[in-house]
Amino acid sequence: MTEAVLFMLLLGGVCGLVLSFASKIFYVYEDPRIAEVEGLLAGANCGGCGYAGCSAAAVAVVEGQAPPSVCVISGSETAALVAAVVGVDAGSAEPMRSYNTCQGGDRAVTKYHYMGINSCRALAALYGGMRECSVGCLGLGDCVRACAFDALKIGPDGYPVVDEAKCVGCGACEKVCPKNIMEIKTMSDKLLHLNQYDDRIAPCQQTCPAEIDIPKYISQIRNNDYEGAVKTIRERNPLLLSCGRVCPHPCEDLCRRGIEDEAVSINQLKRFVADYEMNSGKRIPISCALPTGKKVAVVGGGPAGLSCAYFLRRLGHEVTIFDAMPKLGGMIRYGIPEYRLPKEVLAWEIEGILNLGVKSRANVKLGRDFDMGSLVSAGYDAIFLGIGAWKDYSLKVEGEDLDGCFTGIDFLTRFAKNQQGDGGDSIKIGQKCAVIGGGNTAIDCVRTLVRLGAKEVTIVYRRTRNEMPANMVEIEAAEHEGVKFVFLAAPVRVIADDKGKAKQLEYLKMELGEPDASGRRRPVPIEGSETLLDVDMLVTAIGQGPDVSFKEDGKRMDDLGITRWNTIDSADPVALQTSIPYVFTAGDAATGASLVVEAIGGGRRAARSIHMFLSGKATTPPPKTLFKNHIPGSVFDAVDGIKQTPRVKMPELPVDERIKTFDEADLVISEDDALEESMRCLSCCLSCYNKDVADLPL
Amino acid sequence: MGDYILLVISCILVNNILLAQYLGNCPFLGTSKKMETAVGMAMAVVFVLVMAGVITWIADTFFLKRFGLEYLRTISFILVIAALVQFVEMFLKKSIPALYAGLGIFLPLITTNCAVMGVCLINIKEEYTFMQVIVSSFGYAVGFGLALILFAGVRERILLARVPKPLQDTSIALVTAGILSLTFYAFKGMV
Repeated sequence: MTEAVLFMLLLGGVCGLVLSFASKIFYVYEDPRIAEVEGLLAGANCGGCGYAGCSAAAVAVVEGQAPPSVCVISGSETAALVAAVVGVDAGSAEPMRSYNTCQGGDRAVTKYHYMGINSCRALAALYGGMRECSVGCLGLGDCVRACAFDALKIGPDGYPVVDEAKCVGCGACEKVCPKNIMEIKTMSDKLLHLNQYDDRIAPCQQTCPAEIDIPKYISQIRNNDYEGAVKTIRERNPLLLSCGRVCPHPCEDLCRRGIEDEAVSINQLKRFVADYEMNSGKRIPISCALPTGKKVAVVGGGPAGLSCAYFLRRLGHEVTIFDAMPKLGGMIRYGIPEYRLPKEVLAWEIEGILNLGVKSRANVKLGRDFDMGSLVSAGYDAIFLGIGAWKDYSLKVEGEDLDGCFTGIDFLTRFAKNQQGDGGDSIKIGQKCAVIGGGNTAIDCVRTLVRLGAKEVTIVYRRTRNEMPANMVEIEAAEHEGVKFVFLAAPVRVIADDKGKAKQLEYLKMELGEPDASGRRRPVPIEGSETLLDVDMLVTAIGQGPDVSFKEDGKRMDDLGITRWNTIDSADPVALQTSIPYVFTAGDAATGASLVVEAIGGGRRAARSIHMFLSGKATTPPPKTLFKNHIPGSVFDAVDGIKQTPRVKMPELPVDERIKTFDEADLVISEDDALEESMRCLSCCLSCYNKDVADLPL
Repeated sequence: MGDYILLVISCILVNNILLAQYLGNCPFLGTSKKMETAVGMAMAVVFVLVMAGVITWIADTFFLKRFGLEYLRTISFILVIAALVQFVEMFLKKSIPALYAGLGIFLPLITTNCAVMGVCLINIKEEYTFMQVIVSSFGYAVGFGLALILFAGVRERILLARVPKPLQDTSIALVTAGILSLTFYAFKGMV
């Protein structure tokens, strides 16, 4: 008995001794913050975060593999405390939420009949699942079973629906999904996402320069969730009122319904929900990430600058907009006339962005009142240049600077400034006006001149109507308003009367020859066809480019690259970072004169790069970034099962009424029309679509 | 040499610790759902079992038998194996962090693994020499790994099969284990 007791004591002693020595010898330094973080976590060891207990989660947080908001039980307060211990910026303490990226569910074509166990993982092992769509949801609900918080269910369409109120963002669904359909993201992740080659997105969303999730907001309209639709649009486009009015909607060109029928009137629907919010009298709240303490200067308050400022603010940065004009808005305030985009509407929209806490300084011009050096010394961590394209190209013909000759942007801007009481002289317009050019600026000029009471307004364009770059609706509206068109005419000179005032425009008649680089047939002059056109006012609107004269005498500007088209150079059109690492650019300043929606998309891409730059990450876009390309196989030649239904007509002011005022000419569609139009959407995804929603009950 | 080869075959196939002796059933069912986990567990068992076999043999031969304390075998083996696993864990964490990260949570799991304890006791019962202990412990561990990995492979395929509801998951796993065990019975009498 004694031996046994002694032996066990001895054995215990030896084991204890060996382990004590081992602890001393094999001691591994452990970050004291791990213990501190562990103390802050809930301590329930529930495993909801996906780590094996709270101590494993604490290790992951300290090693930077998990966000401070890792604990699914504790709220954002704990996340902020943890963030303070670990020393990461609290911005990353944003709550994670689960999102389903497949809206297709059961409607994709079936490849084979599956009789195995009810598990997506098992099904996915057999040739990727039973549906033709290789990226879509299998609908067996592994994610639903994995969710410990009852936040997921399979919806009526056969794909999982997330209850955002219950979701804690634990990531269990993301881990079990064999198709990577469930994604755990913060709001910032969603705002920063660029279209990818492996995304499940419809052709319209692939085409939209701002990458708006079009099928989603249309389905929200269909379900009377107008507020949700506005929020969906705002994830990509803060200027929905403006875009809803002036966007030439390239998305509609790729609409699958448009292959067999008329395309869905996507932009009208956007305008409908945007106007719905404005007319409802209350603003839908916009959430912003926690402050990061970084300051960004946005130079230029046009669509690109506003978009960039809006996204940076939502990502938690401090933003100040500097603008050379008396009011924000840039070209959409001073270039687009009142009858297309009322200033009141624009002011309401800009106010919404400034309400997020974006500061603005008007009447200060880059190169005149400040330069990059003064921004850097004022403590700005990054600079965005969205100075637009305000410099009119000149015709380079004799007499184009005679009295009575104007240039397009200059004319529109001076008129708009005067009209909204921002100073400037009023312009005395002529009776016989001619506008040279075929773009939207030219059309804006003629329609403005019509409204100002000019007796005869003519557009002189060197190609034909088919080649005009202006939007077709704008051309038609100008025709209705009585504008004359002289096609195939190249101005040669402007002839002055004896007082030095423009009297006649001499032009050469042209004929179309071989197609040029842009694919349009090149106009060739006909010898000896000089013709005279009587004019007393001439507006040249043949294009515009950025005014980069600020570079000449500003500090810290030497390294800024300028392309041979006088635009600001950015090596990568997605990263939009200039040759000075902390300077970014987008909009017309980077692309040359282009669409509003292009500038808005560019503003967001630049905001993404600035955010990456300020977080110390690479600004290069992910390798699978789609950027204006289309996912192979997603653009169809034919679509089955479409019943022809005409698209909703846009209501507009009658011609004889609208040519007398600057009241808005295009009106918003009614709620009933919007609902009806939303039913025309096929809710397309990458390869599947609803055969015909119009036949389904509401 | 021939004896050792026979011993290895006997330990791996004929007297397979999982399928012929039915020891270590908890990890057999618990860690066989995924191939990845099964491989991790198999590695950890090989590592620990060889060490435990050697240490317990030394403890038995030089202490327990010398002082006539054979009745303390079970309790002292528990202590020795637990201390050993802890020691190995600490050692690996410091010296071979890569292996530590690879074996991960499986190391501490083995502390309470009856297969380890069983092999140590069998080694003593069969009165193996030191070399035989190393070989047999290694053989049993490889047998454990073989059975576990085979079983994990089968279970991953079962996911694709239509299994009646009452038999799903653990039930079908036990049925499968039974059939696997029967196939291992075919080795009986080989050695």
